Amino acid sequence: MPDLVFLTIALFTLITAILSLESRELVYGAVALALSFLGVAAIFILLDALYLAMFQILVYIGSISVLIIFVIMLVRREKWSTIKSGNERILGIVTALSFFLVIGYVSYNSGLLSIVTPNPSIPDFYDIGIQMINDYWLILEVTGLVLAASVIGALTMAKIEREN
Amino acid sequence: MEPLFNYFILSLALLSVGIYGLIAKRNAIRLLFAVEIIINAAIINFVAFARYSETPIVTGQTFSIFAIALAATEAAVGLAIIVQAFRLNKDIDVLELKKLRG
Repeated sequence: MPDLVFLTIALFTLITAILSLESRELVYGAVALALSFLGVAAIFILLDALYLAMFQILVYIGSISVLIIFVIMLVRREKWSTIKSGNERILGIVTALSFFLVIGYVSYNSGLLSIVTPNPSIPDFYDIGIQMINDYWLILEVTGLVLAASVIGALTMAKIEREN
Repeated sequence: MEPLFNYFILSLALLSVGIYGLIAKRNAIRLLFAVEIIINAAIINFVAFARYSETPIVTGQTFSIFAIALAATEAAVGLAIIVQAFRLNKDIDVLELKKLRG
């Protein structure tokens, strides 16, 4: 029987995730997506990953959600709330449900259920920093390069070119 | 504490929601929502399996930080593409964007 706190957070995350895809108005969908990210951050706290939860709130709720809301303001049109997707919706529900049931059945019969107790030692952000610098310094550098390249690429793509 | 299986099922359910969104939705911004949900599901799996491993490892959290940073870049570039597509076509319905069709 799952813990009540876990159950509440999991249901909150799932319902807001579905709401972000299904809400009639796109702005409400963006807000629901931000709430879903908040639920995932709470899951991280349950898993004793406090630094990761803080990082998730900073990056996802602080920047990505705000970016999405600004883009929605830029490209909003009334037409979208009236688009009917009939066949695609049924196909999507059937595919997602069958995927969930098949993978869930296979993993239920595997040895995953026997893993019950977490590791007693809790890693903190000190360990993350040590590992990031000692073992994965090259990945850190490349991630920085990719960040810079994506910012430049996004700026170049979104630039208005005026011809005179 | 919870058994690992509950976290796995939550991650699987989020992944299914994302797959449903990718198949059923036609609005480009909603497709981006679905991709973000799928990335979150993957990150939950990383952290949970690292937390429940026999030997104490922190690689799950380190990798998740890189994954979140890359998801942020992906969102930035994707939203720039959406803005540009809207400017060129006055529409971001992915079934209407046919300019690149051969």
